[in-house]
Amino acid sequence: MSSNKESFSKTILFVLAVCLVCAALVSTSAVGLKEMQTANKLLDKQTKILEAAGLLDKAGKDIVGTYAKYVSAKIIELDSGNVVPGDVDMFDERANARDAEKSSKPENDIAGINRRSDTAVIYLVKNDAGQVDTVVLPIVGSGLWDLMYGFIGLETDLNTVKSVIYSDHKETPGLGAEVQNPKWKALWDGKKMFNEQNEVAIRIVKGGAKKGDEHGVDALSGATLTSNGVERTLHFWLGNEGYGPFITKFRNGGLN
Amino acid sequence: MSADAKKVLTSPILDNNPIALQILGVCSALAVTSSMVNAAVMTIAVVVVTAFSSLFISIIRNHIPSSVRIIVQMAIIASLVIVVDQVLKAFSYQLSKELSVYIGLIITNCIVMGRAEAFAMKETPMLSFMDGIGNGLGYGFILLVVATVRELFGFGTLFGIEILPLVQNDGWYQANGLLVLPFSSFFIIGLLIWAIRQKKPEQVEKD
Repeated sequence: MSSNKESFSKTILFVLAVCLVCAALVSTSAVGLKEMQTANKLLDKQTKILEAAGLLDKAGKDIVGTYAKYVSAKIIELDSGNVVPGDVDMFDERANARDAEKSSKPENDIAGINRRSDTAVIYLVKNDAGQVDTVVLPIVGSGLWDLMYGFIGLETDLNTVKSVIYSDHKETPGLGAEVQNPKWKALWDGKKMFNEQNEVAIRIVKGGAKKGDEHGVDALSGATLTSNGVERTLHFWLGNEGYGPFITKFRNGGLN
Repeated sequence: MSADAKKVLTSPILDNNPIALQILGVCSALAVTSSMVNAAVMTIAVVVVTAFSSLFISIIRNHIPSSVRIIVQMAIIASLVIVVDQVLKAFSYQLSKELSVYIGLIITNCIVMGRAEAFAMKETPMLSFMDGIGNGLGYGFILLVVATVRELFGFGTLFGIEILPLVQNDGWYQANGLLVLPFSSFFIIGLLIWAIRQKKPEQVEKD
């Protein structure tokens, strides 16, 4: 027995059999769990959007129901600010940004994203009266180690900040990762993104913003590069190569 | 449970610890020990993978041609790791996002291969299964001890529950930033090895 298990054909047969069994095991688990994984991923995203809109407490455990009731998502073309048709659920900003057909190189890439998807999904959040009262915009930009993905929640003047939420980042725990600290997130509430000349004025202030400074937010201590990254990300996305055209259109009441 | 099974189950925890005595699997021990939750989930994942890979390899050990045995072991281990990864993604998306690449890297964890090659290729399935669980637990024991120190003194929390109120949150405790960084585990693991060998001098290597 032991001598012929080493023969060439036996070896090949054995390896093939092992591969078959392993492949069956892996594919069964991948296919069988696919549905739950997609649901989980979607739930995670919806949770972040509700958080950015300040609806997370209200939603409690019913994330999906609250999302369906209050949030409507639209795809916009960034350069024109126009709403374009498309399937929001299938939209994948990261895949678009890798696809030369669906993305472009920003001229002034202050956020360090290299390529920007030509379209973006925005989220209009209604209040109980059915009026849109918050707009949630996804953002992305370089931190210290890697791209940081997040959402900003703005009031309908598209100037007053409700929240800046980072959902996915690789910053240093305890330092840059403090972008997720609830105390720091709370600092954003009520800040103004633009000054009276309608220029992007939001700043991250080292050593702490002065009281009453409506454009300044405290920097994260020990995380200068992450803080700079947040500031540049906001400047990029609120500028002309980001949501600028959309912001102008929206303020003039023309979302088409 | 027979005395043999009991011995293979418990000896890897202190007497023959894969990290502290054999110095295996240190890299992942550095990476996932910044919080207790991560360390606990990683422990469970490694216990499952080591136990089942040892079991399966032991079942087919008499049929594995020795010329391809390492490849066969790898195939089995890798499949199990993918399954664990998929299950984690389905049931705890948040955790799988945090542990991301480290779950995949269980494949390269020397403990898993080491037990397959050194134990499961020679022993009966039941005993190999126990040995797998034991070694996973030995790995997890170190992980949890290191994570306790790092999370408690680095973040002031345990399992995310605040124990030492931080200065940032108007408490009194100034967090130790060093412990937040992965390489601090080196020091803690080093101190642990010293402590264990102080207690069990037979583990000290002769020069």
